[in-house]
Amino acid sequence: MAVAEGIGAALSRGRTWLERDRVLAPTLLVPAVAYIVLLVGFPFLFALYLSWTDATTGNPFGRFIGLANFALVFQDPVASRALRNTFVFTLTAQVLVMVLSNVLALALRRPFRGRGAVMFLLLLPWVAPVSLSTIGWLWILHARFSVLDWALRGLGLLPPGANMFWLGRPDLAFGAVVAVHVWRMLPFATVVLLAGHSAIPQDFLDQAEVDGANLWQKYRHVMLPLLAPVAVVALLFGTIFTFTDMTVVYVLTRGGPFDTTQVLASLAFFKGIVGGNLSVGATISLLLFPVLLVAAVFVLRAARRAEVAW
Amino acid sequence: MSSRTRRWLLTVGRVALVGAFVVFAAFPFAWMGITAFKQNSDLYNPQNNPFWFNEPPTLEHLQYAFTKTRFARWVVNTALVGAGVVMVTLLLTIPAAYSLARLLGRWGERASIAIFLVYLVPPTLLFIPMSLVVTTLGLQNTLWSLIVVYPTITVPLCTWLLSGFLRGLPRELEEAAMVDGCTRLGALGRVLLPLAVPGIVTVIIFSFTLSAQEFVYALSFVTATAQKTVSVGVPADMVRGDIFDWGPLMASAFLASVPVAALYYLVIERFVGSFTLSGAFR
Repeated sequence: MAVAEGIGAALSRGRTWLERDRVLAPTLLVPAVAYIVLLVGFPFLFALYLSWTDATTGNPFGRFIGLANFALVFQDPVASRALRNTFVFTLTAQVLVMVLSNVLALALRRPFRGRGAVMFLLLLPWVAPVSLSTIGWLWILHARFSVLDWALRGLGLLPPGANMFWLGRPDLAFGAVVAVHVWRMLPFATVVLLAGHSAIPQDFLDQAEVDGANLWQKYRHVMLPLLAPVAVVALLFGTIFTFTDMTVVYVLTRGGPFDTTQVLASLAFFKGIVGGNLSVGATISLLLFPVLLVAAVFVLRAARRAEVAW
Repeated sequence: MSSRTRRWLLTVGRVALVGAFVVFAAFPFAWMGITAFKQNSDLYNPQNNPFWFNEPPTLEHLQYAFTKTRFARWVVNTALVGAGVVMVTLLLTIPAAYSLARLLGRWGERASIAIFLVYLVPPTLLFIPMSLVVTTLGLQNTLWSLIVVYPTITVPLCTWLLSGFLRGLPRELEEAAMVDGCTRLGALGRVLLPLAVPGIVTVIIFSFTLSAQEFVYALSFVTATAQKTVSVGVPADMVRGDIFDWGPLMASAFLASVPVAALYYLVIERFVGSFTLSGAFR
């Protein structure tokens, strides 16, 4: 009896101790943080380690070889091409996404009948699994049965029986990868911009109208300055997603023809996971990091600005 | 030009513009849907108008996908992984978000943004060391590898979303409950969580759809056909040599992507709202 009471008292003491904010706050937070540190922080450090070794799947700890992997990667023409492609794909796609999403958001700004259905269709590329939707593109761009080729033949732009070989020619394959990236990121940028539009006070636009502003002037002098902070967020996310993506390239071209559409992420996969060359794969992956870091700093600055503004 | 004609032209222009974008966005899905129901002899005849059903529609591709490929198994695997990831995410996210929203004050907001940044760490940065971690844990070629690793994506995002959501709920009700003799955790369980159901549902949908969409980790950790998820099984295993079975391939891609897309669509507003001025970024 006394023992039971003792345990009860200890338990309730323990509970009140746990209930103190100074104890409770970290107790509740630590599991999530520990999970992230263990499964994100540790692998990241391990990637750094791998990049300084000659590790392979057969010998996952390898031998320390200094910066030899980085030297190797920068001398390798395929890796240099992948590095350049990663930047060019991202830049081209994001410029197009920014222009098109601004136009589209302007057109969708005001409510209209059927807007919900239109939004669902417009958002499909973003909300569907990209590895599956890209297979749809693979079929659209098929070497022999491409529907685009059929249409071009119908319009007389392609001789009968001829094909474009969209994914078989470096220039067209390059365009195809960019197009699919634009297709995928455009919905996200558009909804973010639409949220920005809904935060613009109608008075501002009415006033501009009274002052005789036309649509372009209203856009340029009233909307754009107010949309800019939101557009930056869309741009940062688009950049991060496109820059680090390997799915589109993997499904569409496998990096081909002749490694001309290879990007860092896909090359790291082929070298590190398929080829088992862990150290070189990890090194190529790490080349993504500097850009990610810069983007993260800008995200933080955007967040801080929002914090100050409120 | 009269102002009425101008307005009319503007409306027509806007409809045409939006229509063109809708076609661009939805065409690949429409194309999957059409292909899924076409007979092979129709599909592979370059003379046929591909927009037309030149021969009657067929269910043979769907049948093939379900009976001759592991599609059904991949769907089940995806559901299992999704359920596991949802459980882990809820267990870690709810306490963390509560702590960040209610107990840590100003620092809680900053910490939640720091945690969110982890969401921006892409799988392509970590998949090589992560595959070694998975091997070390003995989880390669199992669904568990994905259930363990996917929370590194879902927990940062959902902690941030949920803490923003909780911060938007009034403190007074919990304080009243505590005055009435509830403990802090009691007030959390009895008062706050019931109010937070919409936020928790968002977390569930996000964890599930992000798991169903993920490709890079799944491709890296799982090579056994029977253990794959839909997002990897369809693009990687439905190809026989160099011959694609376009009918079954499109049928499976369409069937698997539309439900995931519809689920994700339900929560996209909340996701986007959080980046813009009204949400958790403040």
